[in-house]
Amino acid sequence: MADPMKIRAQMKGDTADIRVLMSHAMETGQRKDNAGNTVPAHYIQSITIDVGGKRVIQGQTGTSVSRNPVFGFRVKGAKAGDKVVIHWEDNKGDKRTDETTVAG
Amino acid sequence: MDALRRTLLKGAGATGAIAAAMAAGVLTPSRVLAADYNRAAFEAKDMAGALKNIGAAGAADNSGIVIKAPDIAENGAVVPVDVASNIANTVSLAVLVDKNPLPLSSAFDFANGALPEMSLRLKMGQTSLVEVVAKTADGKYYRAKKEVKVTVGGCGG
Repeated sequence: MADPMKIRAQMKGDTADIRVLMSHAMETGQRKDNAGNTVPAHYIQSITIDVGGKRVIQGQTGTSVSRNPVFGFRVKGAKAGDKVVIHWEDNKGDKRTDETTVAG
Repeated sequence: MDALRRTLLKGAGATGAIAAAMAAGVLTPSRVLAADYNRAAFEAKDMAGALKNIGAAGAADNSGIVIKAPDIAENGAVVPVDVASNIANTVSLAVLVDKNPLPLSSAFDFANGALPEMSLRLKMGQTSLVEVVAKTADGKYYRAKKEVKVTVGGCGG
C-alpha cells in the first residue's frame, strides 16, 4: 500500500485551491538499475478529485510526470467544509484514496 | 521478468480492444479518456502519435493557453509547470513533452466549477518543447508551446 497523499485545500475568495502530493515511484520503464536490468514501468495512470460530492477533476497520467507527483487545481464555487476526495490508480492495479475538507 | 511480460501482453490486448471499439464508433476519443486508460496516446513515442490518439491532430495554435515553466531547468527530473487556458469553455488540458520517449504526460478533464488550469511537475529527458493542448466543449482543440532547456536529464537516471 502506498503512503498517504498529502492534500491541502484552502479557500481563496470563491475558489478552492487544491494541492496534492502523491507518493509514487513513477518508474518510466526506461531506467536501468545498477545491475543493468531494466526497471519495470510503474506509474499512476488515473486520478479523480471530488469536491462536495461532485466530480471536478478526472484525468490520466503517463511516465512523463515526475516522481512523487504534485498537482494543483482550482475549483470555483467550492465552500469551506466541503469534503475533498482524491483517488489514484497505477498500472499495476495499486490504488489509494485520501480525503480532507476545504479549509476556510 | 514474467510479470513484466504479462503486463505487456495485457497491454497489447487492451490497446487492440480500444482501437477496435473506436473503429466501430462505439467510443469517441473523449469517452475513452473518461473511462479506460488511453494507452495508445500515453504509449505513443512521438508527438504526432500522442496528439492523434487524444484526437488533437489538427489542433490550431492559440495564445489563450498560458504555459508557465522555467526557461532553464537545472533538474530535468522535476520541472514545475503551470498551465491555464483562457479559451472560453475549455473542458480538458493535456501536457506533452516533445522530446521525451513517451511525450504525453497527462490529460485532465475539468467539470463542476474546476477552472481549466493546473500545476504539475514534469520529467524531462533533455531540452524540449513543452506543449499544451486544450479542448473546448464543442470538441475543438488548440495548442501552445514553450521551450524548456534542461541541463541535467530526468530520464534514464
